[in-house]
Amino acid sequence: MISIDHYLLLSLALFAVGVVGVLTRRNVIIMLMSIELILNAVNINLVAFSRLYGSVDGQVFAIFVITDAAAEAAVGLGIILAFFRNRKTLLADEMDLLKW
Amino acid sequence: MTTSLPLCLRDAWLIPFVPLMTAAVMLVVGRRLAIRVVTYLCCGSVLLSFLFTVGAFFELIARPANQRLVVRSVFDWIPAIPFHMIGGGAASLSSEWGFQIDPLSVSMMLIVTGVGFLIHVYSIGYMEQEGGLYRYFGYMNLFVFAMLTLVMASDMAVLFVGWEGVGVCSYLLIGFHFHKRAATDAAKKALVVNRVGDAAFLLGIFLMSALLGTMRFADIGAALHAENLSAGNAAVVAIALLIFAGATGKSAQIPLYIWLPDAMEGPTPVSALIHAATMVTAGVYIVARTSAIFLLAPPALAVVAVVGSMTALLAASMAVVQTDIKKVLAYSTISQLGYMFLACGVGAFTAGIFHLVTHAFFKGLLFLAAGSVIHALSGEQDLRKMGGLMMKLPVTYGVTLIAALAISGIFPFAGFLSKDLILGKAYERNFLLWAIGYFTAGMTAFYMFRLIFLAFHGAPRGRGDDAEYPIHEPPRTMLVPLLVLAAFSIAGGWINWPAILGGSDRFVHFLEPLIAVPNAARMVVAKGPGSPGGELRLMILSEAFVAFGIFLAWYLYVKRPEIPGKIAHRLGAFHRAVWHGYYLNAFYNAGLVDGTKKLSLELGAFDRNIIDGVGVRGMARMTRVASRISIWWDEWIVDGAVKLGAATVQVFGHIVRYLQTGLVQSYMLFIVAGLIGFLGYYFYLAAHAIR
Repeated sequence: MISIDHYLLLSLALFAVGVVGVLTRRNVIIMLMSIELILNAVNINLVAFSRLYGSVDGQVFAIFVITDAAAEAAVGLGIILAFFRNRKTLLADEMDLLKW
Repeated sequence: MTTSLPLCLRDAWLIPFVPLMTAAVMLVVGRRLAIRVVTYLCCGSVLLSFLFTVGAFFELIARPANQRLVVRSVFDWIPAIPFHMIGGGAASLSSEWGFQIDPLSVSMMLIVTGVGFLIHVYSIGYMEQEGGLYRYFGYMNLFVFAMLTLVMASDMAVLFVGWEGVGVCSYLLIGFHFHKRAATDAAKKALVVNRVGDAAFLLGIFLMSALLGTMRFADIGAALHAENLSAGNAAVVAIALLIFAGATGKSAQIPLYIWLPDAMEGPTPVSALIHAATMVTAGVYIVARTSAIFLLAPPALAVVAVVGSMTALLAASMAVVQTDIKKVLAYSTISQLGYMFLACGVGAFTAGIFHLVTHAFFKGLLFLAAGSVIHALSGEQDLRKMGGLMMKLPVTYGVTLIAALAISGIFPFAGFLSKDLILGKAYERNFLLWAIGYFTAGMTAFYMFRLIFLAFHGAPRGRGDDAEYPIHEPPRTMLVPLLVLAAFSIAGGWINWPAILGGSDRFVHFLEPLIAVPNAARMVVAKGPGSPGGELRLMILSEAFVAFGIFLAWYLYVKRPEIPGKIAHRLGAFHRAVWHGYYLNAFYNAGLVDGTKKLSLELGAFDRNIIDGVGVRGMARMTRVASRISIWWDEWIVDGAVKLGAATVQVFGHIVRYLQTGLVQSYMLFIVAGLIGFLGYYFYLAAHAIR
């Protein structure tokens, strides 16, 4: 029997992998992928609690999140593409113009 | 009542209004009008007023004797102001701009417009060569307006407007030759000296309204009666004296006569109109107008009589020594005005007004004739440089002779009738007053014929005939007024042919209702007339003395012309004193004028040093010091606070800016660290809550 705790542990692990990916990887495409992992960890949580409480709200919300993630990926990849054309790089630690 | 009034009485306001309008036109656009238009317009307006006045006169005498008082108000001027009278009763002070037509005012109006018209016509010829004719005629018309306002006013307030108006016109016309220093000085002197009398006059008006509760002439009698004042009441005496003080200024009596001789700086027709015939008689007019008050104040009447007689005597003595033809006439005017006041002072107001009327004729004529002489001699006024003009100016000589006979009081000229009426009344009252008047009459004859003999007889002492400007009779515009006035100087007195000579004292009876005593029982009534024989004897006596005066003048100035110089030399100091007008001018200069000047200089120094120096400049210095402090405060404290804030922000900014690396992952790290921190704190709290 798979209990709510299993889902939560899976979601936590996925979230932790996503956060570590965002914080440590230099390539912005991989950072974007890590953000997708974080969003999906949230989705697992939403669907799990939806099941637990027998309410469809969480699942609806998860659908919205997936839609949002798709749009975000499109915009994010567009920005990355435009940036790459300008600076010929994809490394986040070289993107430091927005400072004092 | 108003609807039943005939035309000229109903619309009497037109009489002063017409000259006012032409004066306004002259003073606004006169400069651009042709000289012909100016003269026709200005003479025409006065003629129109004169015709209207004649109409009003005939309409007035058509009324029964007891109804010859018409008061017409034109508009409300001063609204009713409630106040408490001296007696305690409530009253309200108000004034309508109104005109009062009665025998007294209509007589004055006839003089002002009639003689005024003749002098206007005369001015056309006399002022021909002068520039600024529009200004001259504008002022003259303004004067006629003001004088008419004065004599037609129905109450004291309106009268005072006219009173000041004639003063202003007198000032403007004396100073007509404003480029001449002497003329402007004389104008200023006339105005300032008059101001002294006017101040007293104004106080008199105030006191009168405070005591009687009215300023209307028509109500004075009733108000005096209602207040139940006894003769010699101090307040009434004070009012009378204050009014008389105003009269001494305007009518050039001792001690304020000093302005009139100087006023001769004005053009000669001005002297004739303002300083002989009309304005200077305003004082006599106001005394007659307020006769009800004067009759209740015997001490004031005594003052009037004494001042009048002394002025008559002293001014005549000064006229004897003058060498300027116009100055002789000026002192003569002062002397004759003294006669009028003498008449008023002995209670014979009608006689005073009668002399005023005849004097307007012959003194106006004398001035115009003198003007004609001056005109012929191209401005020469010194009698010592004239002489022998009889043949060259026969008409002028003739009219001057007529006027001189009239003023000397030769039977049956105008002056004889009025002067002997006054002397007769004075004799009934007080022998000394009569004696002074009698002696003055002789002196008058002497100085008048001295003038004639010096100017017209003997050998010419000045320049002779000029080829270019021969000595000539004046143009017709000047001759006709001379002849008309000469006719009046002869016959003008016949309006009051005395009973003693088979006449009926017409003019005096015409005036009498007005001057009649409102409450006869309490008034001081003059003694009854002397016996007819006595009156006749007085006349013959004065004729004899006048004849002696003329003879003396002939003897001294024609027969033995070397004697006057010797007499003057023998009398030395006294002659000089008379020549200088008994040093009254010097006295005023030393006592009042210099003191005033010194005081003004002191006040000026005070103003410069204390007010300006300490006050104004000190204030400025204080302001500057205060602003210095304010600048310092602003720069260091206010700006300093602002700069301190900026500096603080800058310092903190320098420290904090190192957090902003521009690397998205470092920001992310902060967020995660913050999240973990909050979570840790949350768990810590939760753990404690459980425990």
